[in-house]
Amino acid sequence: MTVLAVADHRRGALRDVSFELLTAGRELADAAGTDLHAAVVSGDTESFADDLNREGVDHVHAVEHGEEFNHDVYVQAVEALAEDLDAEFVLVPNSVNGLDYAPAVATRTGRTYVSDAIDLAHNDTLEVTREMYGSKVETTVEVADGPYVVSIRGAEWPAAEGVGDAEVSTFDVDVDEDAVGSTVNGFEEVGGGDVDIADANFLVSIGRGIEEEENLELIEALAETTGATLSSSRPIVDNGWLPKNRQVGQSGKQVTPDVYLAIGISGAVQHVAGMKGADTIIAINTDPNAPIYDIADYGIVGDLFDVVPALIEEFGGEPPSV
Amino acid sequence: MKVLVTVKEVAAVEDDFEISGTEIGSTYLDYDLNEWDDYAVEEGVQLAEAGDDVEVVAVTIGPERSEETIRMALAKGADRAVRVWDDAIEDVELLDVETKAQLLGAVVEEEDPDLVLSGVQANDDSFGATGVALAEELGFQWAAVVNDLDTETVLDEGVASVRRELEGGVEELTDVQLPAVLTIQTGINEPRYASLRGIRQAQSKEIAPKSLDDLGLDAGVVESSLDVTAMYEPETESDAEYIEGDAGEQAGQLADVLRDKGVVGE
Ligand SMILES: Cc1cc2nc3c(=O)[nH]c(=O)nc-3n(C[C@H](O)[C@H](O)[C@H](O)COP(=O)(O)OP(=O)(O)OC[C@H]3O[C@@H](n4cnc5c(N)ncnc54)[C@H](O)[C@@H]3O)c2cc1C
Repeated sequence: MTVLAVADHRRGALRDVSFELLTAGRELADAAGTDLHAAVVSGDTESFADDLNREGVDHVHAVEHGEEFNHDVYVQAVEALAEDLDAEFVLVPNSVNGLDYAPAVATRTGRTYVSDAIDLAHNDTLEVTREMYGSKVETTVEVADGPYVVSIRGAEWPAAEGVGDAEVSTFDVDVDEDAVGSTVNGFEEVGGGDVDIADANFLVSIGRGIEEEENLELIEALAETTGATLSSSRPIVDNGWLPKNRQVGQSGKQVTPDVYLAIGISGAVQHVAGMKGADTIIAINTDPNAPIYDIADYGIVGDLFDVVPALIEEFGGEPPSV
Repeated sequence: MKVLVTVKEVAAVEDDFEISGTEIGSTYLDYDLNEWDDYAVEEGVQLAEAGDDVEVVAVTIGPERSEETIRMALAKGADRAVRVWDDAIEDVELLDVETKAQLLGAVVEEEDPDLVLSGVQANDDSFGATGVALAEELGFQWAAVVNDLDTETVLDEGVASVRRELEGGVEELTDVQLPAVLTIQTGINEPRYASLRGIRQAQSKEIAPKSLDDLGLDAGVVESSLDVTAMYEPETESDAEYIEGDAGEQAGQLADVLRDKGVVGE
């Protein structure tokens, strides 16, 4: 029985969560009294494998096959590795690519799947801590029957560091090309344009709490009066109320302004991934339990339709009536 | 062409709520169509509008209460619906991914669609796994987190040309052979509001109930490997300084903070 942690990489670089995965994997291996194996599939496997050889890793396996992620290749490679290593636990990142292959590995190999773990414990059974209802509650989920596939949330475990003394080897997988039914044709960067919210030192950011497109005028007036740059959470962009280049978060921009003023934003994990590096975070929200307050430096529990007009007046502006 | 859309009625918790045991009392829950599924339904309906003879079938696993929500999918243009439910399912607190894939898989086998659209995740338990597990269960191809689908190639060539939304504003351009399951990301389209006419028509559209028996499954499939042993409000990690008072006072103090940080002048 072993722990197998499968790294994530894209366009020539390992993603940070890969090293966090090693820390989670080491903890689990210690709890279960077993070895931690790391694996990397495709890409520059030689240098990736070297980089994954960090403290606490016992073995690193490199599967050479193509450059970029292809879920059919990953499923086949991880299936073969998991079998060869008798992996009781297969750990993967809860990334967009993780979402694209981890459930299939679980189904194909008859493993129980649990996603988006924020904590793991192993006594006789596996206990996974995960959130529900938009981070409003946490649950402990006991998972009776192994073996398991578990995906872990980014930025919950510290990255593994140092140089380890793992055995690094290549692992040959006979990829069945006929079973590869998807073809990756390329990549495209989106969200360019005239403004780069990542350059701003003061962001006024608006979320679904604004309710209607017409009400945006209020936030635009605040941004104008205070000289701030306007940004938003995802639903505002999904609705087409602001262009993609204004979106903060996992699939938008990462920003690190001096001040991030989050108005009517709940603080979903994918949003927080893009703004937690701001120096000062201020949240205005009607819900005193909104997760955004966990990372805020200043909190205003209140209605944005009352607070924002008053704030515009504080700076000598004229609030529009919405 | 037949398109199957998996939909789920999800619960959102109100601002103030109480946990009893490992559940939140239903008085604190508001039920609605899962946000991601709303986009999946719209994508299916748009395919039907663009193609000749495209049937859109909505499938859900849910109790009778969920019919109200499923009807919204019908009102927006799905042709009919299938609702899987059984006393044996009722007893399970948290269905595992495998079970959901098997239940939906049995319906897919009956319906034999070319394309299955599901949401990236459900916003109650956020597992984000059903669509891909379903594809694997069926031997279908798949793509997860799709924010663009080329209508023409999917209707005419049996290939789903999609964009997968990766992290950090990067999209992956991928071709997937049909039959396939695509998990649909928010923002792929603009979900319509149901028209009055649509709502009226939905009343006479079929929602076929299916028990385990109907699907040729035995009660063993719904045994969950997941047991929720605790539910609690996360310990707040907040060291936020709260600004109190009425809106005017709050705004006044906030203005001081902003001046103090040097981001706004006088
Ligand atoms: C793969 C993936 C990628 C994603 N990428 C991103 C991303 O890049 N960026 C992103 O933001 N999200 C992303 N999301 C979506 C994310 O999960 C959330 O759905 C989203 O962040 C919610 O946005 P919100 O906070 O504006 O809305 P909600 O969660 O609906 O929150 C609205 C908030 O407004 C408050 N409110 C309501 N009325 C008022 C009022 N009058 N005054 C004050 N407050 C009020 C409410 O209390 C609530 O807290 C992603 C999701 C997935 C699955």
